[in-house]
Amino acid sequence: MKKIFLIIQREYLTRVRKRSFIIMTILGPLLMAATIVVPVYLATRTNETKSVAVLDDSGIFYQKFKDSDDIKFHYLESDIGSAKANFIKSGDHALLYIPKTEMALPTNALLYSEKSVSINVTSYIRNVMTKQVEDMKLQARLSELQTDKKDPVSVEEILRSIKTSVDINTMKIGENGQESKSYTEINMVLGMFAGILIYFFIFMFGSQVMRGVIEEKTSRIVEVIISSVKPFQLMMGKIIGVGLVGLTQFLLWVVLTFGIVTVVTTIMTTKGEKKSTTEQIIQQQKAINPAASKALTEQMGSSSEEMGGVMEAINSVNFPVMIGAFLFFFLVGYLMYAALFAAIGGAVDSEADTQQFMLPITIPLILSIIMAQYIIRDPDGPISFWFSIFPLTSPVVMMIRIPFGVPYLQVILSMVLLLLGFLGTTWLAGKIYRTGILMYGKKVSYKELWKWIRYK
Amino acid sequence: MDLFSAHAVSKQYANHKALDKVSINVPESSIFGLLGPNGAGKTTLIRIINQIIAPDEGELIFMGRQLQPNDTAYIGYLPEERGLYKKMSVGEQAMYLAQLKGLTNHEAHKRLKYWFEKFEINTWWNRKVEELSKGMQQKIQFLVTIIHEPKLLIFDEPFSGFDPINTNLLKEEIIGLKEKGATIIFSTHNMASVEELCDDIALIDRSKVILSGTMRNIKQTYKTNTFEVSYNTFEGELQGILPSAFLVLAQSHDADHRHAHIKLPADATPNDLIRAMLDYVTIYSINELIPHMNDIFIQAVTQQTSQPVTQS
Repeated sequence: MKKIFLIIQREYLTRVRKRSFIIMTILGPLLMAATIVVPVYLATRTNETKSVAVLDDSGIFYQKFKDSDDIKFHYLESDIGSAKANFIKSGDHALLYIPKTEMALPTNALLYSEKSVSINVTSYIRNVMTKQVEDMKLQARLSELQTDKKDPVSVEEILRSIKTSVDINTMKIGENGQESKSYTEINMVLGMFAGILIYFFIFMFGSQVMRGVIEEKTSRIVEVIISSVKPFQLMMGKIIGVGLVGLTQFLLWVVLTFGIVTVVTTIMTTKGEKKSTTEQIIQQQKAINPAASKALTEQMGSSSEEMGGVMEAINSVNFPVMIGAFLFFFLVGYLMYAALFAAIGGAVDSEADTQQFMLPITIPLILSIIMAQYIIRDPDGPISFWFSIFPLTSPVVMMIRIPFGVPYLQVILSMVLLLLGFLGTTWLAGKIYRTGILMYGKKVSYKELWKWIRYK
Repeated sequence: MDLFSAHAVSKQYANHKALDKVSINVPESSIFGLLGPNGAGKTTLIRIINQIIAPDEGELIFMGRQLQPNDTAYIGYLPEERGLYKKMSVGEQAMYLAQLKGLTNHEAHKRLKYWFEKFEINTWWNRKVEELSKGMQQKIQFLVTIIHEPKLLIFDEPFSGFDPINTNLLKEEIIGLKEKGATIIFSTHNMASVEELCDDIALIDRSKVILSGTMRNIKQTYKTNTFEVSYNTFEGELQGILPSAFLVLAQSHDADHRHAHIKLPADATPNDLIRAMLDYVTIYSINELIPHMNDIFIQAVTQQTSQPVTQS
């Protein structure tokens, strides 16, 4: 066990210290952050003024939405049915519908649009609505307090009682008026993203394993090493070591990308606006309880969330399941394929000879990506089901399906089969690897490989 | 006592039998030559001793008991196909290989420092292997083979790639290791170094041991009772003055002397030869021709080839 740890350590450290690893680690997040931030930035910078039609059945937001340089609001007085019907013709960017509520203050709104609504529009609307609702709650609460004349209530309690979170559901309206919840789009993006990420990592780090094996073979160090450790230990050590490199890079990418995006979007969205209800409360409270106001100011400073409209749609996905499944399919999928890559590396003498053996490995992976289009359209169909159960395609295909919601039984079945697939390929790969690494200068055929597998 | 012995070890590959009931005995603190033509099965046997591959049948005895998986810590192996990680620094790599052999980090560092000092290669520690010459790399490989002070050392063609100076240095190290108590199995085609170093040998040809024992005994068996005589003052046909049972195999001459190789019948001694020649020539020297390992090797292998191989 100590030896396999030494091997893992070497594989990990030599790779992590490489210049290419460091460059990739920095460039990756910059590129990814750019793909997220640039469209948002362009959307906010665009000169075109977007007109948003407001249909406020509750009546409390009338004239509350102020026109700005890039958003103009106008108010409709029809019913929602005809508003939607006229929407496409009207040329408006979006239609905001705030339904009438009976008991409480409205905290839901629907935003219809033809194209996706830019984040600054949704975030402005949410800000205005939140402020308005909080204002009204505060007024009610204050007048209640004045009439009651009870013991002074703490500021925190007042704040907590008026805290409001507004949901804005974005819906798409098509040419012929049919609408679809645009959440599916987020599911698609998430599923595709996770699937492609797994595909990409299996290829990238699987071939790193293969290249590592070939390197050991061509540099002729392999025989020295396997006189100290078992070939299987060497193979697993390499696979695990490279896998940890992949995981490290992935985590660094996530953390760095998230960091960059958060910083940039906060800079972009925190222009003005925020001086809202909280300041009013502080002013009003100063008169009653000067000591508490200081604490309040501090508390308010820290509560600057705001990640725009994407977050709210993302919330509709079951994240614990998504992340758990991602890690599982990511890791086990990688382990299974990496063993196959290691076997290829062991069987050949140079990277040029790998082509003929790469084909059977790449076909299921590429097929999963090709099928992705179809699977997104019909995530519960029989083809989606079978592809997400078969171990060689399940890591990618199951990840595409999961954001749409997959029965737990299917997920577990797929996981069990993937684990079995992993054990099977590793066993097979170990046999090929063991014989292959000691063969030099021999063109190997599939027939030859089959013979190696049958050796005792 | 034998440090290592193999008894009737066989290994079958799909198309051919690499080893056929091979037995060898390697006495403690000696140098054992494992000889044989290419493809005879030497490397297979060496890999079996290193437990890189498993034999189909047969028994391996190491230090008086069955060879065990953990015994790799007591064995040092310098394979014929050898190399190092090119992109890794020399010191780091040596530390890695030493620790794989079971040394602790501290111990590995201490010993490597000692050997780097001894070989005067301290300055290489941080250099990448690809910056070193092939000979330099060979030195590092030798060093990591012996760093864990193994009881049994296996060198497969150790001198290939070394210049004469370093070959000598290496030979001295090998003899030094033997004197310190290590047992060495030594596989090579270089018969001169076999003659120089080995105490015992085994000759493997086509998967079988065809010759084995101590060097001395083998040479005795292969002696043909042939003598080289240097003489002068006789210019006629030498065979004419000798009894017909004495065969002149070769004759030559240089500026000072004439030389002849004469094969004696089994019951004759050099004294009989001298007596026969004494009246005709002036004898300057007479030496018994002890066969070279090279000749023994060729003779044993060609004999084997000319005989039909009996399948058991």
